[in-house]
Amino acid sequence: MADFLQLLIAGIATGAIYALAAIGFTLLWQTSQTINFAQGEFVMLPAFFALAAMKWGGAPFWLACLVAVAMSLLILGVAFKGLIVDPLIKHGAMPLVISTIGLSIFLKDGVKDAYSAEAQPFPAIFPDRLIEILGVKVSLAQIGVLIIAFGVIFVLQWFLGGTRIGRQMQATAQNPTVARILGVPVERMILYTFLINAALAAMASLLISPIYLAKFSSGETLGMAAFVAAIVGGFNQVRGAIAGGIIVGVLDNMAAVYVSTAYRQAVPLVLLVLIILFRPQGLLGRKEERAV
Amino acid sequence: MTRFNALKTPLIVLALALLILVPADLTGFGIPWGGLKRYGIYILSLWLVTSIAAMGVNLIVGYAGQETLAQAAFLGIGAFTSALLLKAGYPFFVVFLLAGALAFLVGIVLGFPALRVQKHYLAFVTLAFTVFMWLVIRNEDWLTGGVSGMDVKRPVILGVSTKPGLTFYYLILAMTAVLTFALRWILNSPWGRAFTALRENPIRAESLGIDVRTYILLAFAIGSAYGGFAGALYAPLVEFIDPAPFALGPSLLFMLMVVVGGAGSFAGPFIGAAVAVLLPEWLRFAEGLYLIIFSVIVMLMMALCPTGIVGLIERIFTPARRPHADDKGPVLKEAK
Amino acid sequence: MSAQASKQGTGKTVLQVNDLAKSFGGVHAVRGVTFEVKEGEILGLIGPNGSGKSTLFNCILGQLPPTRGDVMVDGKSVTGLRPSDLNLLGIGRTFQLLQVFPQLTVRENLILAGQEHKGSRLKRLFGAGDAGLTGDAERMIDFFRLGHLKDEKAGGLSYGQQKLLDCAMAFMAGPRLVLLDEPAGGVNLTMLANLKERLQAINKETGATFVVIEHNMEFVMSLCTRILVLAEGQIIAEGSPDTVRKDPKVIEAYLGH
Repeated sequence: MADFLQLLIAGIATGAIYALAAIGFTLLWQTSQTINFAQGEFVMLPAFFALAAMKWGGAPFWLACLVAVAMSLLILGVAFKGLIVDPLIKHGAMPLVISTIGLSIFLKDGVKDAYSAEAQPFPAIFPDRLIEILGVKVSLAQIGVLIIAFGVIFVLQWFLGGTRIGRQMQATAQNPTVARILGVPVERMILYTFLINAALAAMASLLISPIYLAKFSSGETLGMAAFVAAIVGGFNQVRGAIAGGIIVGVLDNMAAVYVSTAYRQAVPLVLLVLIILFRPQGLLGRKEERAV
Repeated sequence: MTRFNALKTPLIVLALALLILVPADLTGFGIPWGGLKRYGIYILSLWLVTSIAAMGVNLIVGYAGQETLAQAAFLGIGAFTSALLLKAGYPFFVVFLLAGALAFLVGIVLGFPALRVQKHYLAFVTLAFTVFMWLVIRNEDWLTGGVSGMDVKRPVILGVSTKPGLTFYYLILAMTAVLTFALRWILNSPWGRAFTALRENPIRAESLGIDVRTYILLAFAIGSAYGGFAGALYAPLVEFIDPAPFALGPSLLFMLMVVVGGAGSFAGPFIGAAVAVLLPEWLRFAEGLYLIIFSVIVMLMMALCPTGIVGLIERIFTPARRPHADDKGPVLKEAK
Repeated sequence: MSAQASKQGTGKTVLQVNDLAKSFGGVHAVRGVTFEVKEGEILGLIGPNGSGKSTLFNCILGQLPPTRGDVMVDGKSVTGLRPSDLNLLGIGRTFQLLQVFPQLTVRENLILAGQEHKGSRLKRLFGAGDAGLTGDAERMIDFFRLGHLKDEKAGGLSYGQQKLLDCAMAFMAGPRLVLLDEPAGGVNLTMLANLKERLQAINKETGATFVVIEHNMEFVMSLCTRILVLAEGQIIAEGSPDTVRKDPKVIEAYLGH
């Protein structure tokens, strides 16, 4: 039982990180119909910004983390929107999908060539000391991850629901045409969405890299976890992405122990297919009726 | 554009003649051409096999307007089917047909869940399937040899060993020709028209009695079968298979090469496959850089000419006569 | 044209709609609509924008699942059938927005519209590329006076020509019942006269039954034998063009907003 609880906590911690990536994925889809197939690489990359800042810039860890966030905002936010999404969105969804697939390969192989093909240890923000709460061993790192991830999610939910800009962003997501008529600066809202996605990716990256190491190819797994989380939770819902992320994280950790390490990766995929078969709108999603 | 269309048949004949003659040693016929070296023949063979799988992706993506990120998985299904059955002593053509048939069936099963939802889900389902297949290939050592892979023997057909590279090349060429003709036939049949209809406007297609779901499944299954056929040739071509070529990366690459070549045009997959197979050869000096260069080409192509290399060629040959000249294909066909 | 004998005026009910309703979330687009269409009739369906006409069509034709109610064709319930099944039962339609296949030629568009009604699916793969429909397609092209355009890509046609093609496609398989959603929308006057005359000719020749949504009052009043008026998802008036034109409720529905 204690083992189970330990796994559950570890699962929720990784799940909260997946949720960050899944929220960004969902937000991008909502506001700009961008399906970002490079989302996993977006989570892989910021850790390498930090590593590069420490290795080549001699920056201390805290500064390196700030550099990683800033670079993410610039490259994964502004440049991604300006160079890839904006020129392509007029051609329809397909070329953009293809382009983000191209981008994922570019980022993956770019990191491999520019930094290293080896998995890199990444300094943890919190010490990895075990403490015992009611007989369950929990590491301080996990508690730290939980606090930061849920803190970010909480702030984001407050921002989207409780501030003027947040509500304007939601209006843009639901119906850009109406939002424009109502005087919402739609273009700026879309840019904010890309910046939020980049910031969430950077947070996820700094939190997950100490656990699974920073590796150029880890985007595949991370991206898959984000897609599955977004679809399982409900593609059109931020709340759904959070729930989906936690479910995938918990399943992932449980599967490693109770199924087999060899097929650990397959468990979320089975969940994905089951959801698509039996509840295609996702666990928390609304059914969308197709317009004729 | 008209002159381009009129050139089509002679161009195909010329291409086929070159594909037959160029690799062969012609000095015996008094022509001073010693043929391609072993490696050249191998690259040419690899290009044809890649083209077969890419043709399948083109049917799914370019003609029927769906998405697939699983072609490497179907290549794997074909490759392991052929590796195992050839080892068990089955004749090549039986193995070849079974590999395609198995991929066809798996394609139908895989297409089902995606029918319930919008089309981008098909991309995710196929993505998941690729990862799943890769896990199976890597973990089920008893069947696939796992990470240490397995050797594949080239078949003996009607007493002729296809062990020499040139002989096996001609086998591949013949199969490619048959599959190219078959796809051409399908696309010119009412099925092909229905595929185009469900790409351009599925809702209108449904209102005309076109059973959209069945046609999506058919396009998906036939396209996947081409992956299986390609796999059945790929395994004996490379003579050793392990999980690597059937992973997610190569699956993405299949999708990308078709779009770079020109999705929805018949020559597209051949051109895309040529880029994907030859680029790493040209860029040998740059080692691992070729994927980076390829991905940059993809992103530039999507921004500047989403209809791919074929679209680019057509654009050059077509005088700008309409404002939206970047629509695929000519406005007017030759008058009859 | 199909050689279906004209049975105009037999009084047989072709389409019957019983208490059909559709809501989207909290919005009630159609609130319990009941009507019948007799064989050979040309029924007009009019009403202000947003009165639920197109939604009604989409529910009848299986494009949207109705929230409540039933649709019967020849006395048999077809509720829940898919659009393609309904088409194969002999029900054609057009959409409010133009829906031709721009990458196919005019002739290919028409062959496409008829091919699923010919033979089995396997026969369509191994048989002739045109499913034996080139002759029928060209007759239909000539009937709609598009003969000079048959090898053009549909995307290259003028709007009015595409609109004619759109209609021609709905008739290609020789349907008994056709639902036309704003066939006159955006069509110029010459083309309009042409279209009306062609529709009347088909009705006479084949006895096909029509339901027509239309905003062009002149067009609808001169084409239709009976008119239904829809407002806020309900039928508010019904009768001959003249009765409907004079009905104060109709005038209010159009002007009252």
